[in-house]
Amino acid sequence: MTTLDELRGALGPRIEEDLGRGPASVAGLFPAAGRRYGHSPLTDGWTADEAARAVLLSAVSPDEIAEVYRYGDTAEKLAVLKALPLLPIGAEAVPLLEDALRTNDTRLVTAALGPYSDHLGQEAWRQAVLKCVFMGVPLKAVHRLTERADDELGAMLRAFAHERHAAGRDMPPDALALLALKEA
Amino acid sequence: MRIFDPHIHMTSRTTDDYQRMAEAGVKAIVEPAFWLGQPRTGPGSFTDYFDSLIGWEPFRASQFGIKHHATIALNPKEANDPRCRPVLDLLPRYLAKDGVVAVGEIGYDSMTPAEDEVFAAQLSLALDHDLPAMVHTPHRDKARGTQRSLDVVKESGIDPGRVLLDHLNEVTVAAARDAGVWAGFSIYPDTKMSPDRMVTILREYGPERVLVNSAADWGKSDPLLTLRTAEAMLAAGFDEDDVDRVLWRNPVEFYSQSGRLDLTDVEAGPTFAGNSILRGGS
Repeated sequence: MTTLDELRGALGPRIEEDLGRGPASVAGLFPAAGRRYGHSPLTDGWTADEAARAVLLSAVSPDEIAEVYRYGDTAEKLAVLKALPLLPIGAEAVPLLEDALRTNDTRLVTAALGPYSDHLGQEAWRQAVLKCVFMGVPLKAVHRLTERADDELGAMLRAFAHERHAAGRDMPPDALALLALKEA
Repeated sequence: MRIFDPHIHMTSRTTDDYQRMAEAGVKAIVEPAFWLGQPRTGPGSFTDYFDSLIGWEPFRASQFGIKHHATIALNPKEANDPRCRPVLDLLPRYLAKDGVVAVGEIGYDSMTPAEDEVFAAQLSLALDHDLPAMVHTPHRDKARGTQRSLDVVKESGIDPGRVLLDHLNEVTVAAARDAGVWAGFSIYPDTKMSPDRMVTILREYGPERVLVNSAADWGKSDPLLTLRTAEAMLAAGFDEDDVDRVLWRNPVEFYSQSGRLDLTDVEAGPTFAGNSILRGGS
């Protein structure tokens, strides 16, 4: 996985200058990152603004990360969720995943199921996967999907497939594939 | 025909409206922060509302191919409630967002001292954040309210070319033109302004610096009155370029002054190829 140091190196002197302003300035710099760093691809699946936001978060406390997320627009929230697995915060930011999973924005739900979702309890994780199937979010976005999919998730998917079948509606092919895997 | 509705409260509208707007040619909208039918009682209910204007509502709009931006402010009516005032301290957080293209709606409701203070404070926030200002004119005592709004704008030092004075009518349009601000007209089914009256005003004052909006909200209103005004303009002999100016290029030009208006997605369509307004072309 990409590290914070790699992102920092790729961003060059501007991020050093921004970090030099101290943690108190992150609340102001974070929302402006798109305008300040642009949206172009930077390195290994990260755009410049996403990378800058990740590095800025590394300068603040978990409480401030939660604050940045709370007042963030969608792009900022997505950047926080993407940065979480890189930050030395343990499981402290799980409430942010839970917030994202309560939304009906497919982008936030998808982002909540990245590598940091390893910290999400199994019950919440199963509900999140089922929510993806329900919302049409491709399951390939779910981190360690086949590894974590247990019998209980299999039973939930089977019941959902039954409901869809009764309504004459299709199941997404990736959900059927996961179900087949659980029933093999 | 492409339509930019520069003032519409989509929070109060259904997906049926989004569908009909998209079919009518509405490709971009600005949703100003304003009051709801039910008065708020504290800053938390404002911030949840602001979050919706920069989060959920743009997502809803995007599902219909419509680009959504917002303006953020403490509205004049609720500026009178001391329980709501602390939201002023939270505004800078929101005025820093990419999707926020102006400070608004600010201005007057009942022209109280509290409204004076909050109006001036927010014009100053517009200057601090390098944003245009979107000013609501009051529904009661409108002529005096408009003049007083223009006085406050002048006093603030903001460039009048970065101010949109909205909900104008036959009585208030001249003062706005003379002051050099942009003139906004809200076309309503029965009240503020109708398509035919709008055409008469356009005949007299021309299409420069004029914005037409539906201001559709939780009251009796119609999000397609922008299209109806365009049709009325064509029927009255205005050409398609005039219509495009009033219903697309003018709002684009006004809100582009924020440096944050992003129409990349909606201008990429084949209909407008080679006609990018962000380049200033026509």
